[in-house]
Amino acid sequence: MKDVDDKFLKNIDKEFPLREELRPRTVTTPDGQEIEIEPLKDYFCEAAPKVHPKAYIPIVENFYNWARANSLWILGFGTGCGAIEMRPLMTPRFDAYRYGIQWRPTPRQANLLMISGYLSVKTLKRAVRAYEQMQGPKYVVGLGSCTINGGMYWDSYNTIKKLDQYLPVDLYIAGCMPRPEALLAGFMDLKKLIKAGKCEGANKYAENFAFYKENQKSVIKDWDMPDYNW
Amino acid sequence: MRDIHARLKQRHHLGQFERQRPGLAFFTVPREYLRGLLLDLRDKEGFSHLVLLTAVDWMEEGLFQLTYMLNNRAEDVTFGIRVMLDRDEAEGDSIHDLWPTAETYQRELKEMFGINFPGSPRIDDEFILEGWTDLPPYRRDFDSLAYSQQTYAERPGRVTHDPREHMKQKLYPDGV
Repeated sequence: MKDVDDKFLKNIDKEFPLREELRPRTVTTPDGQEIEIEPLKDYFCEAAPKVHPKAYIPIVENFYNWARANSLWILGFGTGCGAIEMRPLMTPRFDAYRYGIQWRPTPRQANLLMISGYLSVKTLKRAVRAYEQMQGPKYVVGLGSCTINGGMYWDSYNTIKKLDQYLPVDLYIAGCMPRPEALLAGFMDLKKLIKAGKCEGANKYAENFAFYKENQKSVIKDWDMPDYNW
Repeated sequence: MRDIHARLKQRHHLGQFERQRPGLAFFTVPREYLRGLLLDLRDKEGFSHLVLLTAVDWMEEGLFQLTYMLNNRAEDVTFGIRVMLDRDEAEGDSIHDLWPTAETYQRELKEMFGINFPGSPRIDDEFILEGWTDLPPYRRDFDSLAYSQQTYAERPGRVTHDPREHMKQKLYPDGV
């Protein structure tokens, strides 16, 4: 720890209490029965994500990858300033639609999560949730130096510095912020990677699920959602 | 501006009047006289707009300074009213009933500086941070860099160049 006053130590003893309505408890139903409820478990399936195996014959897998590369649907989830850089791509000037790339409003309809800038802890929670709700095969692209090494938020108390600790990133696009042209180049690179079968982020997430959850929970103190559930 | 101050001075305990530029002045009042002064300014002198409520951490003096900026649109005058609070038991008086916007400022101050405003609506709710367990982050004894290094994973290889030294090295490598 260079240049840091090591007299300041973070408070690690304090736990953040779970919100009252999420705690396991006994409730009385309208017909007088007493039942135990555990809100974080009752409504969600506890199954962890599974690794999606490759097709048995390589040529089939290549065909799948070609098809995947040509249908990139971006989740319109903007964090930080990169959300502004994505807007021109939807206009005639840059026109990302000619490459078959389009934006969708909900995670269920998208397969590409663009983390377009810094992520505060609060936004990370939503990003994790959005990522887990997306259906595989799914990809994550980190934009800008904030997602790579913290960028200008390198000493912020509330911003993560290395995105691939928390989500499996397939591609980073460097810049502060990358211009729309850089984004287009990044999409082309992503397509090449997908075609080469190298975008295995979702499988990586499933394989290292415990690692990712541990990292996520180490910064998100008020973890008030199930682990994987959507 | 001077005549408003002269009128106020007859009725209130005002501290040193510091005029910063035409239409902007600051003064300090004791905490117990704040409410009366704010009411007077709002109802009699036409300071209808609370521009902002913010705090300064005077750690060495053991004080928090609250600054209430009030604006009189008709006369184009802004007053900054300072109130000094004890830093150890930081507690201010809520003015949410004078200006409803103050509620939001007070929630922010509670979260970021740990200054309590008893009676203010939703004062204990989270404002921006979620699940914050450490010192309030805007206090000066909170070391943001150290906290960030202890909390968030870093990617190795980040270097900083002093621009002056870097350009010197680049332009005059032999050290002219």
